[in-house]
Amino acid sequence: MTANLVEVHDLKVHFPITRGVIFDKVIGHVKAVDGVDLTIRRGQTYGLVGESGCGKSTLGRAILQLSPVTAGSVVFDGVDLTTLSSEELRSMRRRMQMIFQDPMSSLDPRQNVESILVEGLAAHGIGASRSHRREQVLKTLDAVGLPQWALSRYPHEFSGGQRQRIGIARALVLGPDLIVADEPVSALDVSIQAQVLNLLDELQTEMELTYLVIAHDLAVVRHIADTVGVMYLGALVEEAPSDDLYRAPLHPYTRALMSAVPVPDPEVEDRRERILLSGDLPSPANPPAGCRFHTRCPWAQPTRCVEERPPLRELRTGHRVACHWAEDIEAGRLQPHEVAVELVHQPAEQPVEVAAPAEPAPYL
Amino acid sequence: MALLDVEDLSVVFARRGQRTVRAVDGVDFTIDAGQVVGLVGESGCGKSVTSLAVMGLLPKGSGVRVGGKAVFDGTDLLRMDARAMRDIRGRDIAMIFQDPLSSLNPVVPIGVQVTEVLARHRGLDGEKARKEAAHLLDRVGIPDPQRRLKEYPHQLSGGMRQRALIAMAVACQPRMLIADEPTTALDVTIQAQILELLKDLVHESGTALLMITHDLGVVAGLCDVINVLYAGKVVETAYRHELFAVPRHPYTVGLLGSIPRLDAVRGEKLTPIRGSVRDLLPWAEGCAFAPRCFRRVEACLAGTPALVEMVGGREHRYRCVNPTPLAGSPEEAREADSQKARSDRGEPAPGQAAPGEAAPGEAAPQAEEKV
Repeated sequence: MTANLVEVHDLKVHFPITRGVIFDKVIGHVKAVDGVDLTIRRGQTYGLVGESGCGKSTLGRAILQLSPVTAGSVVFDGVDLTTLSSEELRSMRRRMQMIFQDPMSSLDPRQNVESILVEGLAAHGIGASRSHRREQVLKTLDAVGLPQWALSRYPHEFSGGQRQRIGIARALVLGPDLIVADEPVSALDVSIQAQVLNLLDELQTEMELTYLVIAHDLAVVRHIADTVGVMYLGALVEEAPSDDLYRAPLHPYTRALMSAVPVPDPEVEDRRERILLSGDLPSPANPPAGCRFHTRCPWAQPTRCVEERPPLRELRTGHRVACHWAEDIEAGRLQPHEVAVELVHQPAEQPVEVAAPAEPAPYL
Repeated sequence: MALLDVEDLSVVFARRGQRTVRAVDGVDFTIDAGQVVGLVGESGCGKSVTSLAVMGLLPKGSGVRVGGKAVFDGTDLLRMDARAMRDIRGRDIAMIFQDPLSSLNPVVPIGVQVTEVLARHRGLDGEKARKEAAHLLDRVGIPDPQRRLKEYPHQLSGGMRQRALIAMAVACQPRMLIADEPTTALDVTIQAQILELLKDLVHESGTALLMITHDLGVVAGLCDVINVLYAGKVVETAYRHELFAVPRHPYTVGLLGSIPRLDAVRGEKLTPIRGSVRDLLPWAEGCAFAPRCFRRVEACLAGTPALVEMVGGREHRYRCVNPTPLAGSPEEAREADSQKARSDRGEPAPGQAAPGEAAPGEAAPQAEEKV
């Protein structure tokens, strides 16, 4: 058994942009994920943060082979998932499950809880008999803190937090090794968020699960993850142990992101350093050359940042950063400067909004 | 005198054949000129309905009953006729909504939408209005305003759209601005930009701001006074430093304990509030929060708790009969002792809720009998 459960090498997911009525002509690509390397250690939690459109969800889906992978490999427990046939992949899926953001739209409203939970078991042929399966289902239900009578009920009868528990139970019932949780708490109220976060924590200890948690909320990720990866425009810009990242963020984007998160404490708020980024995220169909962050970076330096894409390099043990000037910025040799908002002029005949495709229906 | 004085505001939705919902159940708060006031609460606590009622934007008739008073500069907004209200809206009180895309007209260029306000309230038209509109967009930080004026909402990014909405709202230099979750739909870095912009605008023009949000982090940095809402009533009011330093209502304490903090140590457990917002008691029968409260006592179920002024506090009021003790007070020491004794005996501490939530709706008790 290797220490790393998941190893992702140079993963790329490009979605074609097509034009034309009868003959689709590919006129470009949305580079949702563009060369990501990461490893997830067994029994640990890897947190992915980034703003909307940075490709974090696509990366999560690509790891589970739910999005077509353009290039690169995903090695899960020693097996390269990108080379598997669909039948082999199907049986592998038992070991990697997903929790979705919106529990209402990811649960079938016409299926009761028992049928939702049994479906996966039946598909993978787990459990010899009905009673055996029922036992398994009841055990899972208990683990996520739902009462037995929930079995005969339908998703609409539950509150948001309970629905998310059903979603978690559906993922757990198959006894997976890896759980990919895509924004598991962002649709929930704060008081319920805390319940679900604690539950995820407890389940990890009990069942020795490995998590990949994808979220836009840095505080949530920091709370739950051992290692945090920060994504910007399809690539990792920084990766570090959670505490390190908070204590000493190295990449300018991470610093800006951290300074933008409001802390529920007026004392901290009053003396917090704020790095305001100007402008918006550039389009992933036409990412800036060189360092992708240079258009908004307050520390950007002439020529090198525009010309050369910085690789993710290890600065300290376990702390990787993709910035040419990380050492200089940390030592204070470079000072931030004003950034003029660059206009992204879009001619009228071009497709105006080229966003990554909306979440397709779950094919699990 | 306060600029806006909301007194015992209530909004009841009573449709025929449906359960009566008391969305807002006696809300009181005041805003002084130039002050930033926050209304904080979870979904369904009535914070948005409060703002809609104050603006007179709730549908008339059709089973909506609005009671109480909302006195703005000496006149009660709730008793005002529709025509007079139209003059106030946009000129004296303006509003910014959560989702900028659905509050802008998709088939009308931004410029026309901004100049519309100027024409209606300030009588500007033609070149003058266009110039002023461009100036407004520039002021809220939209680059190249001349070009943006000709563009349609879908051509702008989310942050830009919210800026355009803010430009429309501040077009007439209103005396009060209501912002209903203005940054919820935006990314954090964009949220930081918008909050900074709002702060500057309020600071420069002396506009009062009513900030409605679910995010305690947002109000911590922005608001002067914070009102915490639960089930349609204000449960705690205080100046921001005091609210975060000495929260008294168990709900406020619970909310603060539920939020993962960026500056917390990794592995620190969150202390969630048990149950969900659905498990509430009608205020008439007692404290609505009692079913989820870990400090519940007999007295909580004896009618609506009154708003209590904190001794030694600065306009700090809470609606609780058994408030969280102050740190270092004799009550706190006593409670810590009893909690220790309890944990020695292996009983769960009252703050640690069972992971299971209460039943879905009212159907639970019977269902449990069935099993």
